[in-house]
Amino acid sequence: MNRYPLWKYVLIGSVIVIGLLYTLPNFFGESPAIQVSPAKSSLKVDQGLLKKVEQTLTVAKIPFDGLFLDANGVKVRVANTDVQLQAKDSIVAALGKDYTVALNLLPQTPAWLQSIGAKPMYLGLDLRGGVHFLLQVDMKAALDKAAEGTVGDFRAAMRKEKINYFGIERQGQLVLIKFESEAEATKARNLLTKDYADLTYKLSGSGQDWTLNTSMGVLAQKRIQEFALKQNLQTLHNRINELGVAEPIVQQQGLDRIVVQLPGVQDTAKAKEILGRTATLEIRMVDEEKADMATMQKAQSGQVPFGDELFFDREGRPILVKKSVVLTGDRITDAGPGVNGQNGTSVVNVTLDGRGAGIFKNVTRENVGKRMAILLIEKGNTEIVTAPVINEEIGGGRVQISGMANAQEATDISLLLRAGALAAPMEIIEERTVGPSMGEENIKRGVHSTLWGFAAIAVMMMIYYLAFGGVSVLALGVNLLLLVALLSMLQATLTLPGLAAIALALGMAIDANVLINERIREELRNGNTPQASIHAGYDRAFDTILDSNVTTLIAGLALFMFGTGPIKGFAVVHVLGILTSMFSAVLVSRALVNVVYGYRRKIERLRIG
Amino acid sequence: MELFRIKKDIPFMSYGRLTTSISLVTFLLAIVFLVSRGLNYGVDFTGGTVMEVHYPHRANIEHIRNAVDNIGLKDVTVQNFGSSQDVLIRLPVKKELSIAQLSEKIAAALKADDASAEVRRVESVGSQVGEELYENGGLALLLVCAGIMAYLAVRFEWRFAVAAIIANMHDVIIILGFFAFFQWEFNLTVLAAILAVLGYSVNESVVVFDRVRENFKKMRKANAVQVIDNAITRTMSRTIITHLMTQTMVCSMLFFGGETLHNFSLALTIGILFGIYSSVLVACPIAMWLGVSRANLIGDTEKKTKEDEAALAP
Repeated sequence: MNRYPLWKYVLIGSVIVIGLLYTLPNFFGESPAIQVSPAKSSLKVDQGLLKKVEQTLTVAKIPFDGLFLDANGVKVRVANTDVQLQAKDSIVAALGKDYTVALNLLPQTPAWLQSIGAKPMYLGLDLRGGVHFLLQVDMKAALDKAAEGTVGDFRAAMRKEKINYFGIERQGQLVLIKFESEAEATKARNLLTKDYADLTYKLSGSGQDWTLNTSMGVLAQKRIQEFALKQNLQTLHNRINELGVAEPIVQQQGLDRIVVQLPGVQDTAKAKEILGRTATLEIRMVDEEKADMATMQKAQSGQVPFGDELFFDREGRPILVKKSVVLTGDRITDAGPGVNGQNGTSVVNVTLDGRGAGIFKNVTRENVGKRMAILLIEKGNTEIVTAPVINEEIGGGRVQISGMANAQEATDISLLLRAGALAAPMEIIEERTVGPSMGEENIKRGVHSTLWGFAAIAVMMMIYYLAFGGVSVLALGVNLLLLVALLSMLQATLTLPGLAAIALALGMAIDANVLINERIREELRNGNTPQASIHAGYDRAFDTILDSNVTTLIAGLALFMFGTGPIKGFAVVHVLGILTSMFSAVLVSRALVNVVYGYRRKIERLRIG
Repeated sequence: MELFRIKKDIPFMSYGRLTTSISLVTFLLAIVFLVSRGLNYGVDFTGGTVMEVHYPHRANIEHIRNAVDNIGLKDVTVQNFGSSQDVLIRLPVKKELSIAQLSEKIAAALKADDASAEVRRVESVGSQVGEELYENGGLALLLVCAGIMAYLAVRFEWRFAVAAIIANMHDVIIILGFFAFFQWEFNLTVLAAILAVLGYSVNESVVVFDRVRENFKKMRKANAVQVIDNAITRTMSRTIITHLMTQTMVCSMLFFGGETLHNFSLALTIGILFGIYSSVLVACPIAMWLGVSRANLIGDTEKKTKEDEAALAP
């Protein structure tokens, strides 16, 4: 009656063995390493890179313990942190700016364990140290910017179709176009509706004053917001790559937020500066019709002509540029420093994407002989980098920006441009920094809580329930093992509340074994034989265990759904702990009891206290 | 060893009025404290900045406060945290300074004041994040209640579901009452602890209810009061041992878990203590008064067996 079929023992045994295998990597610790990954998406991670890194280290006579290639780049394992720094310097010197070289820690998991995908648990920032930022994307600004873009698009479209309008302006997210006749207005509406279908148009007015009121529908707004968020995510990715952080996390949270986690980063000031940097490139036309002395002077005293803005170039000369933007930095796919072949000055070579190239070609064709201004907007300051005269139509999307002071500036500006522009400004609304010593202390606290608690429970259980207490403790041990194995397998983020959840899971899981043991005692008291008591005890307790675990599970799932950050970490472990405890408390402890008692002919008495 | 060898059933239900009155009083007291003192919300909820700074020597609180005051930041609280070398600095949200700037400014001021200052932890939360936490916390609590009630109503009966939820919400309010009375900081981990307690404490009611249902089947001649008394007495040993074990683990967290887990373990401790009391001595009387009986628990199956017998009869 108390015997499991062979397959059940085999199943339980293999689950425990798998659990052991996947728990093992947590005991090997970590060693310093260097991670080399390409800074540009055009560069590939391949054997060539591996060879290059290996050669560099061999030439510099820097010893290393291992060299691997993975999806993100090349990793080099070294003996200690001194060697790590040396190696980093020499690799940076050899590979240059195209590659990101970051200091990292690599788990010392043996190769045979790695080959089955066993990894140590993924520690959250509160356990390993680092910075966590939550950034809020300013969606209103994104919509405003999109509306500004629409103004330019409308203007071009109506000019092409030769529709007469006498004014176009943006009011918040509305675009208003003014016409002298209803006929022209209707014509414009038909044209625009065809090309920009997701906008809403409303025509009003009378006599010689007609206004076409264009607003963004919910769908259009949603599209723009999604795009803005995606663009910002991408930009942050690029910037953080330049920062050289191993294993950064950049993730969307909700509709308008981005989480950035930089493990191991201590210099928060630098991280903030890089995240908050908003360098954008804009190309606009210089308003040469209004460049006369009188207007310029008026503009400098604050009376800027309608539709224009006043900026200064590097020499401090004022230039009036049109408000409408020809191209923004979003259209840049690549940027790099270079030298002008004719006069040897430093330049930035910019490559535009397909649509950008098209726009640029049209604008340069239509404006030969006029001046075009290239504006760099950084930290709210707008500066005209250069305002060259367009000599000819420029096709192909390759643009050379001259006017750089020196080679260093050319490099800096191209880096900024390459790292991309933010589609909308962002603000840090949450910051959490944990120092590395604090992280280690937190691990120690969590582990000590769990182990001492476990030890105390083990002693009490064995005193109170004797052999059956021992079985319960073994089952609890298996529970801990499986929970750690599962967390390692899933690579779920382990936080300090998560460690607390492990301890709590054990404290709660013992309930199932107490229930079972009490039931067996009761059955014995009622005069049943030992074998029958074991059988009935496990059987009857199971329903109760199931019910009570389901209610706990409901609480855990709600925590998971509504929790963020550390609470989510708690919830994940809590839920997993309930699942593993069901397995270990019921199946594993039963198997043990079966092995001990199930094959005896006659049992004098059960050692259950 | 067997500590609870109770031959006769303890007449818990006859004390029902007394035990629920005690509960009601504690419950009302908790509400009074919650209203009069309010919770001492942590930075997670209110927004603001908390910095933990470590010094290799004894930290001079007055000195540190002056250093922060000198850069023009008001409403700063500086206090020791854990040891005399660790200091916790708190600041409310500042309208004119962004989160990013605030912590940098303070860190710079502390370093300028004493170069050995080591900023070990910074938590800055904007006010909008805190507001959402209220909402999400409340929603989570509601969802847990609804989920547990639905499950109990399906597995047992609505009377049990209502009784269990009343008993457990009462636990939650009492934990909150404690936090209000002692003005312990109420932060995210405490919220997690409360939700965990909710699940755990329902556990307790479920074990007793399970036994009640079983007893209704077995003790055919007993009335509801006897059935419930027997169920509580029979499960008492398990109740005490289990809670002792869980509490042992929680104590371990209280001693070894450091400051971060301190309030978390406190919330759990109160939850466990009151959980035992309420799930047995509050949930059961309520279920009884709501009219739990053999008929509405296992009535259907009985009717069915009778029908089966009738069908078999020639």
